[in-house]
Parts: sequence; C-alpha cells; structure tokens
Amino acid sequence: MITDASPAAQPELEPLSETSEEQLLEIAMGPQHPSTHGVFRMNVVLDGEHVVRLKPVFGYLHRNHEKIAESETYLGSMPYTDRLDYMCPITNNWAYALAVEKLAGIQVPERAEYLRVIVGELTRLQNHACLIGFLMQDMGSSGTPLMYAFREREKILDLFESLTGARMMCNYMRFGGCRVDMPAGWLEQAQNVVREFPRFLDEYENLLVSNEILMERTQGVGVLSKELAINAGMSGPMARASGVNYDIRKVDKYSIYERFAFRVPLGAHGDVYDRYMIRFLEMRESLKILNEAMRDIPAGPIVDPKMRIRGFRPKPGEAYGRIESPKGELGFYLISNGSLNPYRYRVRPPSLINLTVLEDLCIGQNVADVVAILGSVDIVLGEVDR
Amino acid sequence: MTQALDQIFVLTKQWLLGFVPASAQPICSAILSVVPVLIGFPLLFAITTWLERKGLGRLQNRYGPNRTGPYGLFQPIADAIKSLTKEDIVPLTADHTVHFLAPVLLAAASFLGYAVLPIGRNMVLVNMNAGVLYFFAVGSVVELAVFMAGWSSRSKYSLLGAMRAIAQMISYEVPLVLASIVAIMQAGSLSTVAIVDKQAGYTGIWPHWFVFTPWGVVGFALFMIAATAESNRSPFDLPEGESEIIAGYYIEYSGFKFALFFLGEYLGMFATSGMAITLFLGGWSAPFSFLTWIPSYVWFFAKLLALIAGFIWIRGTLPRLRMDQLMSLAWEFILPMALLNMLDAGIWHFMPAGVLRWLVCTAIVAVPCVLLGQGLKRNKKFQVRTYQFAK
Amino acid sequence: MVGEGILKGLVETARNFFGSYVGKDRLTTVQYPEERLPQIEAARSFPFLVYDGPDWDKGMRCVACQICEKECPPKCILIKKSADKKPDAVGKPQFYPAVFNIDISVCMSCQICVEVCPFDAIKMDVDYDLSTDDRFGDLLLDKERLAKSNEYYNAIHPTEAAAVDAHFAEERAKAEAKAKAATEAKAAAEAKVAPAAQEQPVGGETQ
Repeated sequence: MITDASPAAQPELEPLSETSEEQLLEIAMGPQHPSTHGVFRMNVVLDGEHVVRLKPVFGYLHRNHEKIAESETYLGSMPYTDRLDYMCPITNNWAYALAVEKLAGIQVPERAEYLRVIVGELTRLQNHACLIGFLMQDMGSSGTPLMYAFREREKILDLFESLTGARMMCNYMRFGGCRVDMPAGWLEQAQNVVREFPRFLDEYENLLVSNEILMERTQGVGVLSKELAINAGMSGPMARASGVNYDIRKVDKYSIYERFAFRVPLGAHGDVYDRYMIRFLEMRESLKILNEAMRDIPAGPIVDPKMRIRGFRPKPGEAYGRIESPKGELGFYLISNGSLNPYRYRVRPPSLINLTVLEDLCIGQNVADVVAILGSVDIVLGEVDR
Repeated sequence: MTQALDQIFVLTKQWLLGFVPASAQPICSAILSVVPVLIGFPLLFAITTWLERKGLGRLQNRYGPNRTGPYGLFQPIADAIKSLTKEDIVPLTADHTVHFLAPVLLAAASFLGYAVLPIGRNMVLVNMNAGVLYFFAVGSVVELAVFMAGWSSRSKYSLLGAMRAIAQMISYEVPLVLASIVAIMQAGSLSTVAIVDKQAGYTGIWPHWFVFTPWGVVGFALFMIAATAESNRSPFDLPEGESEIIAGYYIEYSGFKFALFFLGEYLGMFATSGMAITLFLGGWSAPFSFLTWIPSYVWFFAKLLALIAGFIWIRGTLPRLRMDQLMSLAWEFILPMALLNMLDAGIWHFMPAGVLRWLVCTAIVAVPCVLLGQGLKRNKKFQVRTYQFAK
Repeated sequence: MVGEGILKGLVETARNFFGSYVGKDRLTTVQYPEERLPQIEAARSFPFLVYDGPDWDKGMRCVACQICEKECPPKCILIKKSADKKPDAVGKPQFYPAVFNIDISVCMSCQICVEVCPFDAIKMDVDYDLSTDDRFGDLLLDKERLAKSNEYYNAIHPTEAAAVDAHFAEERAKAEAKAKAATEAKAAAEAKVAPAAQEQPVGGETQ
C-alpha cells in the first residue's frame, strides 16, 4: 500500500532485465516456502539485500467459504468457520455465534458465557504460544523454542479434545450458548494446565527476552507507526504494539469481559520486538482471566432453552458481530431475508486487513527481515483467503 | 605398555612398511598415512550427523531417530543410501562443469586441511614449518567452491546465497587468522607440532594449555566464533538459511552432490575445531598429568567431540544473525578484540610470572568487553524493554 | 555484559537436554504404534450407526428420517428409505434405510448429524486408523460397515451411552406402563360389559 494512489503511479514489478541500470533482483518468496505460514506468495524486488518493492499474492487457499454459507443453514456454516483461522477455531465460532445472536436477538445464559470465555482465552493462549514458537523458528533457531511452545500447546489441545471432541475444528459454539457441558474432572484438569503455564512462560523468557541475537533481529525492524496503524485499520496485537489502545474486549464489552480484571499491554515502538512481547504479556493477562473465570463459573443451562437446532429462521435484517480474536478484530456480517440460509455472509478477516501494510513495513529492510516481519503480523492463510 | 598403545598407529605403519621394498617406501608411507584420515574423518562425519540429530532431539524434548538400528545408529547408513539413490537433477541452464566440480573441490579442499593437524604424539601427516599458514591458505579454497556452487546454478536464490556466503566467509577469515596469531606468538613457530609440544608440559597436575591464560581464553572464544562462521553453522548459517532462502547456494543440488556439500562443510568444521584444539587446547595432551596413560589420539578425539557437542548445543539454541549484523560483528567487535588480544599476549610474554601478570592481562581484555556492552545499551541499540498498560 | 542473554538461553536448553533423560514432561514423545495415548472419551472421528441386539440389520435404530442427510453441511450422507416397515425398540413399525452411505473422505467430523438425530441412531466413532490404499471406493462406508453394536458404543463412550441407554429404558418403561394401563383398562371395560351381560338373563338380583 503506497500512499501515492494515482493510477499513473500504480506499482508494477519490473522484470529482471539486463538493460536495466539498477540491476534489481526480483524473487518470489513462496508459495512453497517454509516460512510463509501457509500458501502465500510475496513478489519481492530486491536491490542487493534491501527490499525495494513487495507485492503479496494470496488466494491459493480460497475455498468459497462465503458462497458456501449462502446455501448452508446457519448451523451448517458453524463447522466451516472452524476452518477459517484454523489455529483458533473456537474464537471463529464465537464471532459467528455472536453475529447470529445479534441478528435473531438470542440471549446467552450465564454458564455458557463463562464457558465461552474460558475456551476463548485458552484459544488465545495456544495461538500466541504457536506464534512465539514460529517466529523463533523463522529466525533460524532450528526448532527448539518451537518444540517448547508446542509442548504446552498440546496440553491445551488435550483440554479441547476432552471438552468438544476434537483438538482443532471444535465446532463448539451454538446460537444461544455452547454445545456441550464440561465432563467430570475437566475443570480440575484445566486449572492444572493454567497453574503450570506461567512456568513455561518464565522459561521462555529466560531463553529469549534478553537474547542479544533476538533483540538485534527484531528491534527497529518493521516499524509500524501509530498513524498508519489507525489509518490502515489494524487491530489486535499489531495495533496495540504500535500504541493504539484498542481492545474489543474493553471497547465493546461483549460477553462478560467486564467482570474480569485484566490489563491491555501497549507497545511504544511498533517493531517486531514489540509485537512479540505484547503477545507474551497478553498471555499472562489471559491467564488472569482464566483463573477468575474458572473460579467463578456458576451452574446452570449451557444453551438458551428456547433455541431449536433445526429450522432456525432469523427475522429479516442485518447484524455485524465482532470479537477480539487472537489475531485482531474478527467480524461476521450477516444479512438475513427470513429464510433458512443467509442472504449474505461476509467475514472480516483480521489477517488480511493486517497484511495490507506489509509493503510499508518491509521497504528498506533486508530479505531476512521480511520473514520476521511476516511472522510478526501473524497471518493464517485460511483467514486471508477464506 | 602405555607408550606402545599411544604409538600403536605409528608402530603399525612402520611394521607394514617393512614389507615394502625401499624404492616404494615413500609412496607407501604417504598412502598409509592418508588412508586412515580419509576413512576416519568421514566416519566421524557419520557419527556427528547421528550425534547432531539425537542431540538436537533431546534439546527439543523429543527422541532423535531411534528406529534405524538400536538408538538409531544406522541412520547415517540410511542417509547415505538415500543420497546415493536420489535422482541427480541439474538445472538446464546451469553451467554443468562448474556445477559438477564445486562439491568435489569443496570436499577435496576440506580434506587437505588435515595434513597439518597432529592427531597424536608423532602422528601428523606432514610436519611443515609453516603448518598453520598452509591450513588457512587451504581453508580459503572452500570459499571458492561455495561461490562456484552458487554461481553455476543460475538461480536467484542460489545467487543470493552465494553472495552472502562469500561475504561472510571472507569477513571471518581475518578474525580467524588474527585470533590464532596469539598462539603462534607464544609458541614462536608456525609449525603445529611445535605449538602442541609447547603445551604438552605440566606444572604439578595443571597443563600448559594456552586456553588457561587470559589471552588464551579470549583467543579461543574468538577463534571458535570465527570457526562457526567459516563453517556456515548456526548462528551464522544465513547462506544456508533454511527458513528464508531455503538452502542458499546448494539449493539446486540433489543426491550425492548434496551429500558431498554436507560432507565438505562438516569436514571443514572438524578441521577448524582440530586447529582450535591444536592452538589452544593442547592438541593431543591430557588435561591432567595423572591422565597421561590414556593414549594421545583418544584425547584429541575426545576434545574434538566436546567441541562438536558445543557446536550442536549452540545450533539448537540460537536464532541466526542477519547478514549485516554478522559482518558488523566481525569487523566491529571481533577484529578489535583480536588485536587487543595480541597486545595482551605480548604483555603476558614480557611480564614476569605471577598474580600481577594475571590481573593485568585479564583487565586488558575484560574491561573493553564490559564497556562495549554498556555502550551498546546506552546507544539503545538493543535493550530489554518494559511495557505500559492501557489505563 | 555482552552475551549474557545468550548464555542464559544456553543454560535453558541444557536444562531441557538433561531433563529429557530424567523426567517425562521434558520428553513428550509417544512411540506410536507401540504406545498409544489413552483415548479421551469425548473424542470423535467419523459417524457410525448403532444397532441393538445380535443382528446388525434388524436391530439398527435408524428409521431413515433423513434429518441427518439434510443437516449435514458437506452433504456426505446418502439415505434411501425402504418401502416396507419393521418394528423398532418399543415395537412400533418404522421405516428403515435400504441404503445408508457416508463418504468419509468428505465428512468433516462436525457431529451435527449426531446432534440432530432424534432416535440416537448415529453416533461418533473414535477410530482413526482408517487409511486405505483403495482410492476409489474404500472410503465410502455403506450400511454394513457403518453398523456397530451398542456394546461397542458403550465401550467407547461410556457416559454418553449410559445416558442413552437410560433414556431408552425410560421410554420402554413408559411404553410398557402405557400398554399395561391400556390392557388393564380394556380388561376392566370387558369385565364391566360381561357381568352386565351376565346379570340380564337372571334378572334383578339387586342388593
């Protein structure tokens, strides 16, 4: 996204030609690449080691999610939303359920809200653990921090399996609550996992936070200014690392997040190091929320008793439901015309919107930094391409 | 008895030479010396690949290979069979001759370096007067082979990798040589045998290794950093940056040529480690005087394995440095420290022995290190940050 | 000091290295297929049809209502209703599926079919060793391959199956009670008619 938007100055990639004076090298990073987080291509034009132009090319994972939803029932789209941002399936479910509940005016009982918060924050924990592992892997640590992060993530995935039946692709939320209640012993198991998680975070901090090589690779790299973050519609940890105080959990106060005492960390520089550390701090805040929620969860029904699974026809209208997913603002925009299928179903993918500034972040940086910057944007191609 | 065990290879060679007529003895002597090196170090390479995979596995909370044979010991054989039976793809536009010669040159140049390493007492292939000089000269041929590989592949990624590799290896040649000069200064000779002999004595039970002096520690550390960079190992493996430009200069190689690249790279690692052992760790001498009954070659290989374990440990822990940071590390940190180290070694040589000598020399190298750290923090080039929370 | 962070990192990995020989939490590998992870009860892989009793064909609970076929998001279920009826668990005659195919290469294990089935006839299996080398037909499971007994269901999902069995027992008890009440009422009605019929010929033996 270059600020000069006049048609005459539209950026076009020059082919490598011997007659060109500048001798720019054009390479395509991806779609088969170990570090592009999915099938994603970047056409990078290099001057020596510095990036002159960068054009992201995506669409390799386009699966017609929004079109399929127009011929599915509302409930039938729920398993498809799992596969959008496949690292955080439960929060995708939650955003969709929120949108449908707004559309049809459904209330969610207390216990279901607490359950939603618990699994939502567990999802945030495992997504950020994934990211901190993968960013180190992309910078060349040959997998050691990745393995440690995944060791912890497995514990959370086991929790999901006991609760919902599947490690990923949980299909857990329903309109008006959750699908199934906790089995016996799940709460204790979850409390154990949450109690041991800070030890992993401390070990990780020892491994990384004052590591000079990490600091050199990430500080001052890929700086996103606060103005650009706001103007480009950034959300989530990317915006907060640039100092934008916008967390939808605090702004919209959706679900029962008002009851929990958690803080929102803000970064000052907006570089890759800030984005990395913000996610670290967010993990610690999520642990606080989890402790409180697991302590306070009341008994009660887990789904609105008036909801039927089959034959759900919301009244004609439109609704936009959004949540603070681990990647940013995940929103679902639904238009209903009174029938079983939505008339229009639109996903606002945070990864795609956050990717639009990739060129601005990468110009002037080295090729090696492009990989680190892309890792810090935290994209998942399932969401970018839908 | 221990003497015989220590000299068993030398005695075996002399016994075998007795069967050969006198006219053929020089050439047979050369062959009998070279063949064990040609067999032994690739065997060590196979063991190292196994060690690396198991070691990295354990560092990462997992088993390494454990299905191919007990504890995965046959994994190198499986890898060899795999690389021999893979299709050898050469890009159509590649320069076929150079493309073929590059791995051959790499392996050959790496082997040449072993000629001057004293593996045991009286066990050096060629006792040259300028052994260390020969070693560094031959080591530079490796860089040529790397560049040949990258250039002949005619692919953008391999070109990028080759450029990076050349820049890195050339910039680390200078610190490598400068770090080794201190050992040469103390021994007073460029011959590796003389350097090891200088370190083979004991005062009480403590050895005379150069690493047990202030300038030796610093010289060893700098030499090892430069050696890591020369062999393109993590954290300096940007030329073969696996997660960025896939494999860099050997991206277009497959099958046995790829295996030869690996072989050449690891042999280079062993050779520079061997030189580090020779220069700083006392070569084949035992660490304590009561342990000299263990044969000398066992000590050499034990030290070599310890250094290899150190390489694996560092590889499993650290992310890689970016190109410009790598070069700024070489020219702005290691080079001045190496020059300072030379000054330190000179002062050590001329001061009388005692505590004062230790204090002065330690201060000369430790103070700039601490000052540099503080200076970098003050410039806010990198620092641990604290974060605000929203109100 | 310069290099301090790196040294801390090295200490951390060394701790993991030695810890992997000592504790199980630093060596999390499960050596499949010799060792397997204990099966989590709620896990789900692909659907199967439950049958009661010894005969898989006659005891199948499915009545071919085709609700799961309609609700399945990727439309991987194919049901063809039978022409005749057969009695179900409580004795009522119901249709049954002449053809019931699930294509598990399409199925996404979302469990919606299980949720909407009113007859507890289709449940989720936990078997994941399903790979086959026949590309074309082997992943299309027909009625016979889908049918698994209620004992199997109890073995893989004990709590769920116990709840379903209790529910069926309750239904059966209610049906029996209703049937008993119906026969009793019928017998009482017949008994009322019979003495009245008997009284008529005798004529006026009133108390």
